[in-house]
Amino acid sequence: MKAQLFITCLAEQFFPGVLEKMVALLEKLGVEPVFPTEQTCCGQPLYNSGFQEQARQLAIKWLDTFSQSDLPVVSPSGSCVDMVRHHYPALFPPGTSEHSRAVDLAGRTYEFSEFLVHQLGQIDVGAVFPHRVTYHASCHLLRGLGVRQEPLQLLQAVHGLELLPLDGTETCCGFGGVFSVVYPEVSRAMLQDKVNHILESGAEAVVASDAGCLMNIAGGLHRVGSPVRAMHLIEVLASGINLD
Amino acid sequence: MQKSQLQSSQKKISQPIEFGAYSEHVPGQIPSALKYATGRFMEQRAASLDELPDWEALRQAGSAIRLHTLENLDFYLEKLEQQVIAAGGQVHWAKDAADACEIVLELARQHAVKRAVKVKSMATEEIGLNHALQEAGIEVVETDLGEYIIQLMGTGPSHIVAPAVHLKKEQIAEVFSQEFGIEAPTDPVQLTAIARQALREKFLAADLGISGANFLVAETGTLVIVTNEGNGRMCTTLPDVHVAVAGIDKVVPDWESLSVLLKLLPRSGAGQKITVYTSFITGPRRAKDEHGPSEFHLVLLDNGRSRILQDPGGRETLKCIRCGSCLNICPVYRNVGGYAYGWFISGPIGAIFTPQILGVQQASELPFASSLCGACDEVCPVKVPITKILLHLRRRVVEGDGYELAVVAPPLRAAAALGRQALGTAWLYRLGGRLLPWLQIPWLRAGWLSKLPPPLNRWTKVRPLPAFQARFRKWWKRRQQVSTGDQP
Repeated sequence: MKAQLFITCLAEQFFPGVLEKMVALLEKLGVEPVFPTEQTCCGQPLYNSGFQEQARQLAIKWLDTFSQSDLPVVSPSGSCVDMVRHHYPALFPPGTSEHSRAVDLAGRTYEFSEFLVHQLGQIDVGAVFPHRVTYHASCHLLRGLGVRQEPLQLLQAVHGLELLPLDGTETCCGFGGVFSVVYPEVSRAMLQDKVNHILESGAEAVVASDAGCLMNIAGGLHRVGSPVRAMHLIEVLASGINLD
Repeated sequence: MQKSQLQSSQKKISQPIEFGAYSEHVPGQIPSALKYATGRFMEQRAASLDELPDWEALRQAGSAIRLHTLENLDFYLEKLEQQVIAAGGQVHWAKDAADACEIVLELARQHAVKRAVKVKSMATEEIGLNHALQEAGIEVVETDLGEYIIQLMGTGPSHIVAPAVHLKKEQIAEVFSQEFGIEAPTDPVQLTAIARQALREKFLAADLGISGANFLVAETGTLVIVTNEGNGRMCTTLPDVHVAVAGIDKVVPDWESLSVLLKLLPRSGAGQKITVYTSFITGPRRAKDEHGPSEFHLVLLDNGRSRILQDPGGRETLKCIRCGSCLNICPVYRNVGGYAYGWFISGPIGAIFTPQILGVQQASELPFASSLCGACDEVCPVKVPITKILLHLRRRVVEGDGYELAVVAPPLRAAAALGRQALGTAWLYRLGGRLLPWLQIPWLRAGWLSKLPPPLNRWTKVRPLPAFQARFRKWWKRRQQVSTGDQP
């Protein structure tokens, strides 16, 4: 099986380690990744800021890039997949070629954890991570894509991992893309709530599945001098596995 | 208590709503009071939903009823009017807030009204009715405990169903101490007793009862009011005239539809199976009745609702049944409180309702007052697609649409176009990825960018930014070369 990598702009800029581990994990699970090098940003930041016309241009560019191949698309970000799956088709009038390409790609673009659980049927990937871990449910993965159980199933199958409950696990961390800079004080209050709950959980690491949440939560933990690590689910799933 | 304060807070707003400026100085007790109260609402809600066999099916039915009604609003409104008249009531159509206030004032003049008592009503907050009546020299007293408290404080509601939810009992005791010249205790039961005694006199002395409507049943012309304090029944039974002000969106086709919505509303709002009082009022007192007003008037308020109805992207806003669950779940609302939203309606529903009623010129900040987390969509008992409408209105603010012109200044639009160029041109994007790790060096401290210059400081004032490190493409290329046996 082959799959196209949709690495997303945030993960590319800030979390190259997550992408490298995603590639290695996919290969280990028998998937041959293909990387369309023309990809840039899916347009979500512009779309969520109201610039739909600008976002449409980026959507066309994205569709041009990924419709070159019939392979499924896999991405380490729930919110970028939500953009492709739910907002792209609405950006183009039905009957246009862009619309049919958007609908086609919406149906074969997957977030990493749903790809593992539903497309590959993998839950125990053989990872070993003997630590106390708690999970923050990223909003667009959870409510946009409806992926609620899959990341938890994957974490529970990690050897040695102790999964601790997180109070307010399904509450937004305060990132919200443009929201975090338009209303920094509100974002700060939300982030403080999240950081406090993480610290109260007793975990050594908090796991999330989106670069945006990770930037925000990791930064929030760093600012209070906490040793708790903010990790992408992929980083945990790649732990203890020889990926070379 | 300064009465001038009370009036000024209820005037129609005309300045732009400044969510951002307010959010920078939220009084500290507001988030803590709100988190406690809304947390309890949500817990009770979860428990009451568990009792039902299929909440999702009920939600779906509620959503379908509301949508069907909106799509046939003209039909149901006419039917409602006929039935109210048939029951002996009178119907008045108000195109806007001023119109609605004038209708109530005219009725008050006709009946030489001196004192009015009110049931908690969002529609009368929307039109600023208290202010209009007070200007005309009429005493108006809110009789819902929460509304009564905030009226004494001279402010408006900070929550749709719990208007004084942002207050702690100590603050309420202070308000009562000032108002009644006593040393009011902080015990909620005793505070309620004090209010009850004061309100009892007001009920008995009032010559006009004012209410809103939770629902209006078209089939029989029945006004439905849900309360937990019984004040609704007092206001609509004791005074000789009853005026109800209701948005045209409050109509429901029939009692069967009503039964679905009455299951959804109290459960979703506060986790109640049913509210303590559910009042059904069909026309004024009839000859055989012992109690009730001799006249019943229904003021049907448009105030921009027909305009919303014409917009397919915003229409579903009007499905809202004002349960308040979107406020209770919203992490933004819970941290800023209702006053940040600048008008009588707050939280996620306020963020979509207000810009459509007042226009995006005045409320341009509200569609952005959300992290788009979607928690509101998930709890809404009638499936108002709040996030989708927020995005629709964000577009209206920045690009303009067929309904309003853009608010955002051309330079910002130009910046967005430039941003799109940079993000959408592969070579430019890749160049950026290669340059940023070098450009960031002056600000880089141990892998973090802790303090960036404006406008990036809007991020770093809250938390540091991780270092830019776009190295994946290089890694990928090398890996491909190794696996295909090419020499790097």
